[in-house]
Amino acid sequence: MASPQQQQIMTRESVTLPAETAVSKTPGAACKLTAQNVDFFYGSFQALHSISLDIPSHRITAFIGPSGCGKSTFLRTMNRMNEALRNTRVEGELRLDGEDILSMDVTDVRRRVGMVFQKSNPFPKSIFDNVAYGLRVNGMSKKSVVEEAVERSLQRAALWTEVKDKLHKPASALSGGQQQRLCIARALAVEPEVLLLDEPCSALDPIATRRIEELLFQLKEVTTIVIVTHNMQQAARIADLTGFFLLGKLIEIDGTKKIFQNPGKKETEDYVTGRFG
Amino acid sequence: MKTSPARRIVNAMMLSLSGICTLLVISVLFFILGYLLVHGLKSLDLDFFSKLPKPSGEIGGGMANAIVGSGKVLLLATLIGVPIGFLAGIFLAEYSGKAFAFTIRYVVDLLNGVPSIVIGIVAYALVVRPMRHFSALAGGVALGIMMIPIAVRTTEEFLRSVPNSMREGAMALGATRAQTIFTVVVPAAMSGLISGMMLNLARVAGETAPLLFTALGNMFWSKGWLEPIATLPVMIYNYAIAPEEDLHQQAWAAGFVLLMLVLAINVTARMVINRGTASSRR
Amino acid sequence: MASSSIAGSLRHRANRSVLARLRGGDEISYLVTLACAVLVFVVVVLIVAKLWGNSQPAIRAFGWDFLRTSRWNPNSGNFGALPFLYGTCVTSAIALLIAVPTGVASAIFLAEMAPPKLSNLLTFLIELLAAVPSVIYGLLGIFMLLPLIRSYLVPALKGTFGFLPLFQGSFYGVSLLSAGLVLAVMVVPFIVSVSREVLLAVPTEQREAALAVGATKWETTWDIVLPYARSGIFGSIFLALARALGETMAVTMVIGNTPKITASLLSPGYSIAAVIANEFAEASGDLYVSSLIFAGLVLFGLTIVINALARILILATSQKAAAA
Repeated sequence: MASPQQQQIMTRESVTLPAETAVSKTPGAACKLTAQNVDFFYGSFQALHSISLDIPSHRITAFIGPSGCGKSTFLRTMNRMNEALRNTRVEGELRLDGEDILSMDVTDVRRRVGMVFQKSNPFPKSIFDNVAYGLRVNGMSKKSVVEEAVERSLQRAALWTEVKDKLHKPASALSGGQQQRLCIARALAVEPEVLLLDEPCSALDPIATRRIEELLFQLKEVTTIVIVTHNMQQAARIADLTGFFLLGKLIEIDGTKKIFQNPGKKETEDYVTGRFG
Repeated sequence: MKTSPARRIVNAMMLSLSGICTLLVISVLFFILGYLLVHGLKSLDLDFFSKLPKPSGEIGGGMANAIVGSGKVLLLATLIGVPIGFLAGIFLAEYSGKAFAFTIRYVVDLLNGVPSIVIGIVAYALVVRPMRHFSALAGGVALGIMMIPIAVRTTEEFLRSVPNSMREGAMALGATRAQTIFTVVVPAAMSGLISGMMLNLARVAGETAPLLFTALGNMFWSKGWLEPIATLPVMIYNYAIAPEEDLHQQAWAAGFVLLMLVLAINVTARMVINRGTASSRR
Repeated sequence: MASSSIAGSLRHRANRSVLARLRGGDEISYLVTLACAVLVFVVVVLIVAKLWGNSQPAIRAFGWDFLRTSRWNPNSGNFGALPFLYGTCVTSAIALLIAVPTGVASAIFLAEMAPPKLSNLLTFLIELLAAVPSVIYGLLGIFMLLPLIRSYLVPALKGTFGFLPLFQGSFYGVSLLSAGLVLAVMVVPFIVSVSREVLLAVPTEQREAALAVGATKWETTWDIVLPYARSGIFGSIFLALARALGETMAVTMVIGNTPKITASLLSPGYSIAAVIANEFAEASGDLYVSSLIFAGLVLFGLTIVINALARILILATSQKAAAA
């Protein structure tokens, strides 16, 4: 039975609730990225225990859970960013459209699985050069193609109208919210099949947050989205699928409505009703 | 219990004394500048920049060959020292493990502490002896070796100051390590790197000792890189200890020019770094 | 559609040239930068090797007596470096005696007293002093300092301390004293700069604790801050010493270049760096050159030891401050 708190969480304004989406255990073409018994170690410390899930294509999947529960660690495993740290180890299976992520060329993985970080990190270059960076670094240098791609990405990131007259100004001149949308545009420019976002709104004010949430909702058409958030209301607002992490384990992953209104596990219920976390 | 007058007096006295010492030190700078300004400008004329030195006993002449000579030797030194130092610094900042980095850093500090005259000896042994004559090359090697430690240190320091979020941002787009370093990290640290290289250059521009028996000197123009060559600091030294008053005058002029050059590079380097940090702070 | 062609061509590019890209970018970058780091190491090894190797004739001929004998005779082939060692040590001692109190006092002023903006400006100016080339200090030494010393300082010293063997004998300008004074001016900026940083690193809580019980500014500085920063300040002194030992041009221009050991500071002398600078270019004969290089090796060893000590001491203070 939905408590008053849960009903409050479920309040949505302009966005309609999607129909019950494919639950993780359903196999099939709608699956973009799958994980099978993924373990992750920092040295001898095991940070992730046997994570198995399916990320559905062209949907928004959210990971929620208290601080330190492993949701960001798992996110970074999906595009192998953790490899940049020393002394880390991944075990298990991670597949992108059936291809084994762990044995692919790592730069190729990262082009196909993009990431937006918690704090916006634009390069000390112009707005244009920021968005074009991914293209250039992956070998695309033809001017007309790059220009077109930059414009398209900025449009998709809902930033084009604000920056189209100052593309060659430094990115540092933009506001916090604009910078984060720039980082999204930068990630979108290389046409990733999956876009990972690690608490993208935690450093932003509510208005900027709202704009990014609306943006993500539209981006579903173009790519698959996985978002880590410590803000349950955010997950409830935009995610089709929500996974609850606790102490390095995936406790439950299911349609968002179900997770918040009628969770299967007790730990999930405790978390979403605010009894801890 | 009020502070006794004795304590107050001691306090005031000691603090004034320390201020006086500071004033003394600062005044040295102004004495140096003042003296050089007065005596140097007095002897500075067009001949200085355009004529060759006159043979011993004759009045007049200039240091045209020494100015060009310094330029050549410094160019060579930069070509030798900066790339090695820069790339080694990149290794320390971006690739190296802790133990190796510690060793190299220690070795670099060691190199930095070697007296310049000793570096001159080594360059002599490495270049002059096998070639059996002095040369601009030997001078360039000596100064180039001196440039390495500062190049390594500044590169490492400024690359490390670039936040990791930049590197992650680039790698998340599919950039390789090398691409990340050279297209994001190095450009981000650019103002610091340039400033560091300028200070490095200013330091070796004034070095005399290592050139005394590598580049040696020349009363005439030097062709190419394998002849002995005149340099500004060595000329200053030679003229200063010579008996002729006329040569002393020329030494002042040269000293003035050298000091202005060195100070100008120093001040510009500071400006570069201040502007760099200011714009990234926005 | 254009957008899918980008993703497509990026995938195509990646698959086709995976090997090429791998070889092209990261491997080369790693290897080249590693090679340069190793090269730096090799250069230092080369320096030690060349110094050691080329000193062998002299080492074989004289052994440790080299540092004990004071005969320096190129004609008879007898080389003893004691006069140079003596001159190096004496001039450095004079330099430190003058520069340390002045420098530390200035550092105290800049770190504890002066408002930040003034402190930064003055420090910038003092650090410019460190950028002045040695030969220019020498130039000013000869023509500006020596006359001043001769006209004012020496008469004053003779007047008050003339009974000491230190200040006896005639003064001709070039002398151990003059070299010491020039060196003092040259090393003061290092003492000021490093000591100031060390003092600034002392945690404010320490000062506040003293001021809170009614200590005066000076008492706080003398009793609390200075002792806390003591090792760092000693480090700066050692750093200055290392510089003074290796200083060549300014010294050789005012020291007199005479290989003699005298008690009087007013007589000319010689230093290791100065003798190398003066005689190396014209030195003929293997033993002569080798002796000069041996002297250089000794200087090298001295500066390494002192620099190492300096670094340890400076590190000690910063670690203490960080742990606090």
